[in-house]
Amino acid sequence: MALDALLKRCRAWKHRHLLGTKDLSRDEISLVLDVAEELSALKGAEPLKGKRLFNFFVEPSTRTKTSFALAARRLGAEVVDFSPSNSSLTKGESLKDTARTIESMGVAFTAIRHSASGAPAFLSRLVQSAVISAGDGTNEHPTQALLDLYTIKQRLGRISGLKVALVGDITHSRVARSNLWALKKLGNDVTLVGPSTLVPKDLDATLSTDFDQALRRNDVVMMLRLQLERQQAGLFPSTTEYVRFFGLTRERLATLRDGAIIMHPGPMNRGLEISGEAADSDRSVILNQVTNGVAVRAAVLLLLSQVNA
Amino acid sequence: MILLKNCKPFDVLIDGGTIRKTGRISEKAEETMDAEGLIVVPGLIDMHVHFREPGREDKETIATGSAAAIAGGFTSVAVMANSGRVCDDAVGVVYVNAKSKEAGGANVYAVGAVSKGLKGEELAELGKMAEAGAVAFSDDGMPILNSELMRRALEYSQMFGKPILSHCEDATLTKGFVMNEGPISARLGLRGYPNAAEAIMAARDCALAALTGGHVHICHVSAKETVEIVRQAKKQGIRVTAEAAPHHLMLTDETLADYESKYKMNPPLRTRDDVDAVVAAVADGTVDVIASDHAPHTAEEKEQELAACPNGVIGLETSLGVVLSIKKIPFDRAIDAMTAAPARILGLRGKGSLKAGSDADLTLIDPKASWTVDPAAFKSKGRCTPYEKMKLTGRAAHVIVGGRVCF
Repeated sequence: MALDALLKRCRAWKHRHLLGTKDLSRDEISLVLDVAEELSALKGAEPLKGKRLFNFFVEPSTRTKTSFALAARRLGAEVVDFSPSNSSLTKGESLKDTARTIESMGVAFTAIRHSASGAPAFLSRLVQSAVISAGDGTNEHPTQALLDLYTIKQRLGRISGLKVALVGDITHSRVARSNLWALKKLGNDVTLVGPSTLVPKDLDATLSTDFDQALRRNDVVMMLRLQLERQQAGLFPSTTEYVRFFGLTRERLATLRDGAIIMHPGPMNRGLEISGEAADSDRSVILNQVTNGVAVRAAVLLLLSQVNA
Repeated sequence: MILLKNCKPFDVLIDGGTIRKTGRISEKAEETMDAEGLIVVPGLIDMHVHFREPGREDKETIATGSAAAIAGGFTSVAVMANSGRVCDDAVGVVYVNAKSKEAGGANVYAVGAVSKGLKGEELAELGKMAEAGAVAFSDDGMPILNSELMRRALEYSQMFGKPILSHCEDATLTKGFVMNEGPISARLGLRGYPNAAEAIMAARDCALAALTGGHVHICHVSAKETVEIVRQAKKQGIRVTAEAAPHHLMLTDETLADYESKYKMNPPLRTRDDVDAVVAAVADGTVDVIASDHAPHTAEEKEQELAACPNGVIGLETSLGVVLSIKKIPFDRAIDAMTAAPARILGLRGKGSLKAGSDADLTLIDPKASWTVDPAAFKSKGRCTPYEKMKLTGRAAHVIVGGRVCF
């Protein structure tokens, strides 16, 4: 498809910001995935030339930040990094002032990573540019979910009808939430698997504490990173006990149903929630997820640029 | 002498600082106010406000707070002890009273701290504070986690006939909370404060009131479980009273969907079930009092991401309009909850009543006045209100304090 035709398709997109997948409709999710696919085939076009992306990462990140930068450059945009080590936030500047500062530098997009849930929503009320959540607190990480869906579709040929298990610390996971909202919109059957202390009972999904059963039943098994400080907070007794019940070990790898795939948003704790054998097996699409992140984030930038143009 | 004429339910004749008589009054006075269409009630009392002075005058002073009270129809307020310099000794009480007199607005009464420095460890000098004029004791803002301290406070305060106002929150269950715990917090990825954390402490306090015979008053009831605990305790004859804030009578945790700090307070906004239970409890008198928990903060503090901004919103200038809009609470009960009930709990003699001989603190309410909440017009230094731009019906038309017409 030529660029003009692609831009025309982008007009179906109505959101000024991407704060979460919970705001997206089924059609909008499909649109992102389609545009991402078209973009992969399109070479040499620079529709975002002259525009600027602020990579505003108040929490550490390597892959997401790099992925946003590559996506922006691929479409011809310029990237400016704004990270806590060299920003004024460490000097007590408020998010409000930082927003004003960003704005006065002339920027089309701000990708924000922040420890507070809702920080992108707060920022979006203060600026004219398009705000993209690059992960906020325990709320959402929408581009991660979109690239996960893209990866599922790429590998399994479809999303519709697949059973998906999200496994681990659901309570504190923005990746789990964004995936849950998106998959629910698409009508998928989602099971949240983990210790009862780490799975909120109020989320609208099937809950399970039986990982072995979940492995036999699901087409997609998405492992989540376990933060070690949860153990100190008394949410589970020990890492070895966690692995005993919820680790994707070599033994459990063998029980996956035919055609099922393993995902992980990274960074992984090898030997904890996922064994090296599982992460490196032919069932794993973990590196595809990283690769696809660029195309999906480029699609998001392109869609937002058409609304904010 | 001032005569309030043509108001409902009767005319009122004021003589100096005292109500001379009520009824249909035909005699002449030096000054007559035609109050046609208005309802006269005892001057409203808000027994739970934070004025921040001394120490955080950037948020609110006793002068701006008492002006806000008057603007909202309140003739008396009780200020909590957790100002910048904690009111935990007689000096603090004397300071509040002196500043109140100087401001010349509403009567501002001091609530003394239960524990020194609000640390929850040692009893403050309750006796000396009572002598200086403290009307009650509370560590509000900080829960008293130590049950032994709460027990001793309930025993000791009886010597002075003052209640302990309890901020019920089991802080071990609420660490880092931003909002109510439930489906909405799970959805928004925000740390929750479960109903149980409030109910546990309310149950403990009722048990300690039973043990000691002391009077415990449960502050800002927000959870339906707390309502039930208070209801049962009252049936058993335990000396417990309770209050609810207008926001817990109207708003739910669904308001937090856009992560706006004007909906962040402690205790947090709960679910529709909780709101209904608290409204019913105010209506049937289980919850005795309506009090605003007026908690001003600077704009800089509130204009932050939700996790970083402090708890609290202001309420003095919106309370009456919000309460009158809640149709399930009958008018007379609503007024009782903002006049006679708090006067009784705090032992404010001459307040909260229109009987001849009472203090001439009166509020004239225009029940039909329709108005839109505009924070820029507030007398309070605080601007953060969940009712911004909301249309309310009913507000104070005139306020009289000690026989002096404030507006």
